[in-house]
Amino acid sequence: MAKRPAGSWAAALRTPVGGFSAALLVLVIALAVLGPILWHDRAFSFDLDALGEGPSARHWAGTDELGRDIFYRVLVATRLSVVLALLATLLGVVSGLVLGTLPSVLPRPVGRLVTAAVNVAVAFPSLLLVLFFSVIFGVGTQGAVLAVGLAVAPSFARLAQTMAASIAGRDFVAAARVCGVGRIRLLLRHILPNIGEPLVVNATIAAGSALLSFSGLSFLGIGVQAPDYDWGRLLNDGLNGIYVNPAAALAPGLAVVLAGLAFNLTGEAVAGVVGVRTRATHPAAAPAPVARAAAAEDHDDAVLVVDNLQVAFPGRGGWTVPVRGVSFTVRPGEAIGVVGESGSGKSLTGLAVSRLIEAPGVVTADRLEFAGKSLLGTPERELRGLLGTSLAMVFQDPMTSFNPTRRIGRQLAEVSEQHQGLSRSKALARAVDRLRAVRIPAARRRARQYPHEFSGGMRQRAMIGMGLMGDPRLIIADEPTTALDVTVQRQLLRLLARTRAERDTAIVLISHDIAVVSQTCERILVMYAGRIVEDLPSAGPAATPQHPYTRALLATTLDLGTDREAPLPVIPGRPPEPDRLPAGCAFAERCPSATERCRTEEPVLAQVAPAHRVACWHPDDVPLPGPAGAIVTAGGAE
Amino acid sequence: MSELVFDAVRVRYGGRRGLTAVDGVDLRVPSGKVVGLVGESGSGKSTLARAAVGLSPVSAGRVLLGGVDVRRLPRRRPLQMVFQDPYSSLDPRMSIGESITEAIPRGRRRGAAAEIARLLELVNLDPDRAGQRPGQLSGGQRQRVALARALAGRPEVLIADEITSALDVSVQGAVLNLVRSVQRQLGLSMLFISHNLAVVRYLSDFVAVMYLGRIVEFGPAAQVLADPQHPYTRDLLAAAPSAHRSLFDVRADEPAVLADAEPADPHHPPGGCRYHTRCPIGPLVRTERDLCLRADPAEAAPSRRHAAACHFSEDETPGLVIPGGTGA
Repeated sequence: MAKRPAGSWAAALRTPVGGFSAALLVLVIALAVLGPILWHDRAFSFDLDALGEGPSARHWAGTDELGRDIFYRVLVATRLSVVLALLATLLGVVSGLVLGTLPSVLPRPVGRLVTAAVNVAVAFPSLLLVLFFSVIFGVGTQGAVLAVGLAVAPSFARLAQTMAASIAGRDFVAAARVCGVGRIRLLLRHILPNIGEPLVVNATIAAGSALLSFSGLSFLGIGVQAPDYDWGRLLNDGLNGIYVNPAAALAPGLAVVLAGLAFNLTGEAVAGVVGVRTRATHPAAAPAPVARAAAAEDHDDAVLVVDNLQVAFPGRGGWTVPVRGVSFTVRPGEAIGVVGESGSGKSLTGLAVSRLIEAPGVVTADRLEFAGKSLLGTPERELRGLLGTSLAMVFQDPMTSFNPTRRIGRQLAEVSEQHQGLSRSKALARAVDRLRAVRIPAARRRARQYPHEFSGGMRQRAMIGMGLMGDPRLIIADEPTTALDVTVQRQLLRLLARTRAERDTAIVLISHDIAVVSQTCERILVMYAGRIVEDLPSAGPAATPQHPYTRALLATTLDLGTDREAPLPVIPGRPPEPDRLPAGCAFAERCPSATERCRTEEPVLAQVAPAHRVACWHPDDVPLPGPAGAIVTAGGAE
Repeated sequence: MSELVFDAVRVRYGGRRGLTAVDGVDLRVPSGKVVGLVGESGSGKSTLARAAVGLSPVSAGRVLLGGVDVRRLPRRRPLQMVFQDPYSSLDPRMSIGESITEAIPRGRRRGAAAEIARLLELVNLDPDRAGQRPGQLSGGQRQRVALARALAGRPEVLIADEITSALDVSVQGAVLNLVRSVQRQLGLSMLFISHNLAVVRYLSDFVAVMYLGRIVEFGPAAQVLADPQHPYTRDLLAAAPSAHRSLFDVRADEPAVLADAEPADPHHPPGGCRYHTRCPIGPLVRTERDLCLRADPAEAAPSRRHAAACHFSEDETPGLVIPGGTGA
């Protein structure tokens, strides 16, 4: 995680929770520091004229039976209450951290023993532990600190353990071990710093509950003993006369609640800033419209029309627009490949089309129509049925696209139950049939299995099978084979091809691999920095890529014919960040043929040949070396 | 420089219902040479690599470095590894200089600053970046830092586990160029693991093909790619994206039983030849070859060409040779 600028802390202060909690915390700390100095005498002066009286102008919260002012006693008690609570928290956090991280340093059997002990301790309610420990350590301030502290420890140990275990599984810890870094240093240098933030947040919240427990102990009379007094002690004293002077009990009670709130809300606000919990921000202005790119070609029968699509997300200094004016159409039965590097906006384009961009992201377009229906104007309810049965989406990681706790067959059947109104048994029969259609062996038995029992390739097939539960007119596959091996990749691509041939389903294949895309699709859209920079057929006379980026991408793609002796061609530099786009062409900085015009004026996607659009001021139409100069043959170095 | 030898290495996880991820692998990485290891995910490639650096438990066999069992070597072994994901292999809270320093043996730490500058320059990074955190670097730059860190330990053997698969195509080339030049410059022995045959072919002197925890073919890179002996190697070559065929083309002669055959479950590897459930020249297609169901071809493998773990590798003429794929 990078360092957070001071700005996000300031922003947190401006939120209601942040501002309130900060004010409260400052108040509590100020009282703790100044209270005893300013009001010690008042809290101890006996007003013999007013013994055990109710609230009056002189004594706002009344007096106790010795005539001492309860209001000032509550203020003065802040220091002891807060200090004891913090001491207990400190004790709890430190012992919890030690217990939680020991297992990763100790030899395995001993570590397991510690873990088991912590697990047993976590099973008891912490109040029970407090009482148990206070019996052991005896009545008094010291005993109470130990009791509350040790009662906090198990849950902290558990938290530290879980987080340390997740960090210990990361590659950088493995890398450090390979470098010969010892266990203790591994813990201090790599694991603790990376779990620090959530621990601090939880410690703040724990301080709130320690304060409560402590007040509870004092209230029961086993915490702070007279003549010392904290809020719990005052509460205890006040309760004796509650029918005479309710304020005597209410004032310390209120103090406990407010201080507890101060700690808990501060923890909450800190969590918001350090990212333990994310909070949506709402920048004021809507994204600025981007200059129009070329309009989509019009086709009456188009399955999908995308015209000037933009996807914007609120960023720190305004809107970031990772997809900037993308236009294309997909006709029935067409296979279109969308290629680009990470951050090019290719996946967001797919997500926007399937309406999966969630707030705070904003999708705008001049036209975004699927099967003749506008995806932006039509109400959600009407669209759900259409998208549920006619649009199928296949993601890169099939493990996360299925619910791990439900059988595959049922998950498929749900689609038909929801959208086609089939009965449970009919839907399940259809699911088995569709699993068979995507060539899953022993489909009936497989339908009863859970996602983890499927291999990666089989899960992807089941995902396509799920899309086939309806009658899809379009399948959007976002890197469907990236996590798979070449042999399984081939099976899956063939399955897509067969589906397309049998049902005239259109396919949008999103991939980073131009070789895969050019071998499976008729048309290729090349994306760079949120725009389509080239739209070309993958075969035929127009298949010579003209955009320098497409050409460079092809040149850098390795295949089995690459010259082993020569160094591999590279594209210098890196793509621009979506929030820091240059004025002109986004590729100009890395482009060998860039001129002054490229740096000032952004090229528009323009027709250069039938079915071939390029967004470049200096398109290069010299065929690439290789048979027929077509895109699929550009394996070698340029 | 020394060679890395896997001697009947077996890695087993879990108890009775556990998984044998690596099952009796013999593999030699000759001194100063690059051995490419290919295979599908779950075949045990990474486990084998991690066993060499002590991250996976070796339950049988030995890993030898220059003839010495790696378990007897000091904690800082002359054997380093670069991991797949440069986004998780660098501690986000340490500057890249600190990360590299950690890998420099204690005795040489005095001149650490100069050493870090030298290493960063070796991997084509500006030495001024030493103070930066990984969050400020791109994926390709992070992978360079990871390489620099591995080199800081002055290794004799380097293991590279899928080091380019998390990178964009345009960055991949630069990292591969760098790895090759560093390997040649320093004369490192290297085990280069990738699922991408094209990448392995570009870098490797030898190629080993792994399937379900075993090496099924091993030989000089050019020979293995031009004249594959094991049907699995041939299948991998045929499935590799290539400039010359459409991936959608279903080979007419390919029986449907094969087209959709599933990779076997590593928890229950099939008996006999482990590949027989998918093999195009095995009992699925040629029913008379029931030998594959009964006998493990691994036993006689060393005597076959490329040590192919296939009963019938020598009876078969390669059905598919990759045009232009002769490995130069």
